[in-house]
Amino acid sequence: MLAFIIRRLLQSFFVIMAVGLLAFTLFRFVGDPVNQLVGQDTSVEDRERLRTALGLNDAVPVQFVRYMWRAVQLDFGLSYQFKQPVMQLIAERFPATFELALVALFLALAIGIPMGVYTGLYRDSWLSKTFLATSLVGISLPTFFIGILLIFVFAVQLKMLPSFGRGQVVDLGFWNTGFLSRSGWLAVIMPAITLGLFQMTLIMRLVRAEMMEILRMDFIKFARARGLKNRAVHFGHALKNTMVPVITITGLQFGSIIAFAIITETVFQWPGMGLLFLRGVQTVDIPIMAAYLMLIGVLFVIINLIVDLLYFAVDPRIRSAAKATG
Amino acid sequence: MQHVEPSIPKAGQPGPRASALSRFFDSDLWYSFTRSKVTMLAGFVTLLYALGALLAPWIAPNDPYDLTKLTLWNSNLPPMWLAQGNPEFPLGTDDQGRCVLSTILYGLRISLGVGISAVAISGVIGIALGLISGYVGGRLDAIIMRIADVQLAFPAILIALFVDGTLRGMFPNAAREASAFWILVIALTLAFWVQYARTVRGSTIVEKNREYVQAARVIGLSSFTIMRRHVLPNVLGPVLVIATINLGLAVLTEATLSFLGVGFPPTEPSLGAMIQIGSRFLFSGEWWITLFPGIALAVLVLAINMLGDWLRDALNPKLR
Repeated sequence: MLAFIIRRLLQSFFVIMAVGLLAFTLFRFVGDPVNQLVGQDTSVEDRERLRTALGLNDAVPVQFVRYMWRAVQLDFGLSYQFKQPVMQLIAERFPATFELALVALFLALAIGIPMGVYTGLYRDSWLSKTFLATSLVGISLPTFFIGILLIFVFAVQLKMLPSFGRGQVVDLGFWNTGFLSRSGWLAVIMPAITLGLFQMTLIMRLVRAEMMEILRMDFIKFARARGLKNRAVHFGHALKNTMVPVITITGLQFGSIIAFAIITETVFQWPGMGLLFLRGVQTVDIPIMAAYLMLIGVLFVIINLIVDLLYFAVDPRIRSAAKATG
Repeated sequence: MQHVEPSIPKAGQPGPRASALSRFFDSDLWYSFTRSKVTMLAGFVTLLYALGALLAPWIAPNDPYDLTKLTLWNSNLPPMWLAQGNPEFPLGTDDQGRCVLSTILYGLRISLGVGISAVAISGVIGIALGLISGYVGGRLDAIIMRIADVQLAFPAILIALFVDGTLRGMFPNAAREASAFWILVIALTLAFWVQYARTVRGSTIVEKNREYVQAARVIGLSSFTIMRRHVLPNVLGPVLVIATINLGLAVLTEATLSFLGVGFPPTEPSLGAMIQIGSRFLFSGEWWITLFPGIALAVLVLAINMLGDWLRDALNPKLR
């Protein structure tokens, strides 16, 4: 157990170092940081002085260590475009992205699981076939096009929902939330559907496949033989056993949700991290890109780690396998 | 895994052509293709798209890149079946007076061009690295697979965005638009090579311990020859499936990047760039500028995905 955890932690550490090296390379070698900071009329001597002051003349490994050390303290430098600390920019926008991702994930689970159970139980009903066909269309439709269609129908034609922004935001000091106002809830509906649709079809297909597999197993037959009601068999036995892969995939998908939030935030002009990052890519604002790369990298590694450890805790088969191999 | 006879014709001695074609129509693959109406429809639609892209300069009603023909007089015209529509522009025009249908056809060239290039290049790189990784093993294998692991932790779209952003940073502003095609191809290639490498490595490890590979080694063939002539033909089945599915994904990713404004410039729009241009006019009622390219894109990706699904089932020996 301990050996397994230590090995996983080491692995995670290497991944983070690799991502950090990438982020540093980007930061240091793509474009000249000094040119971005000073005006046209700065003299060569002034530039050289700034270069030394910023430590850009030190040996590259020294610079890398310094970059990583600052990154640990959440200092990613100044944005070229905004002339503000990158971390401050990201921190201001993080709540927006997080709330959007949360609602999207909730929608995906709350709709995807029941749909998956239904299509798994009643494979040949017309409703199941409709669900499956729609899910194929849902996967093939580009995320941004779904968003545009929603805007066209619900904002332009029906004028029911706002097409951009977060609505009224309440500032809690450390966190600004859109959950406390009516306009905030109205504003989150369409972006969350756009963002969650793909995950929803994924969860539905996963639950369906798992249900079909588990319903064929002996312990289900045995449960039926014991005379248990359908409901107890379907939900108490079958659904409960599909939950391990569903939890794993949901965890792993949370990273994708953050990534796809870039697209959704662009469509709906949602003032989140994704929009900031995209502006960074468009204007080649390297510190923002590098910081985003680091943060996303750490987030993914942590999610992967938690999922692995959860798996280890939940599934006894993995535990015994790990024990056998040491 | 069905064992394919390595029957590559020797150089200088052309293989029998007609029999190859008739062999194709006799194959299980073609048979299963003709069995499913949906698959045939998807194949037909994909073929139509390919033809439309190839023949765009000859079949498009207008030339969207010819600036002398564009007049703002013709801008934002609705499709021809609506009032004020002009039969010269069947699907209407955009804000610069470009014919939407023609721009879609030309945009299709760009989208499919980027997609196919990226799939081909990432395929070659991925297959080569997978073969080496699986066949040679050892430290090289460990390095390649660790890189693959790190990359697989992130969604492809994110990797493509990062590469795209970095490359754009390395080009001066003026060269950015001219090199958009290759920037996108490289970004997509780096995002998609991993799957090929993983799959090919897995199959190679299985194949390399088979008798026929050992026999080839015994008669003294070089590692390179064994990989190319003996292992490669037997690991190509899954690669074909991945390539098809990746083509859909690559077209979609390119469209997404262009939509986000970091792909093709609006002067020579791909489908994604058109959707982005049109999305600005949604509120003033000009829905056709964004809706038609969007539908064109969605149908194309759907058709490719369906072909991929069919191919996966058809090449899966378990389902035979």
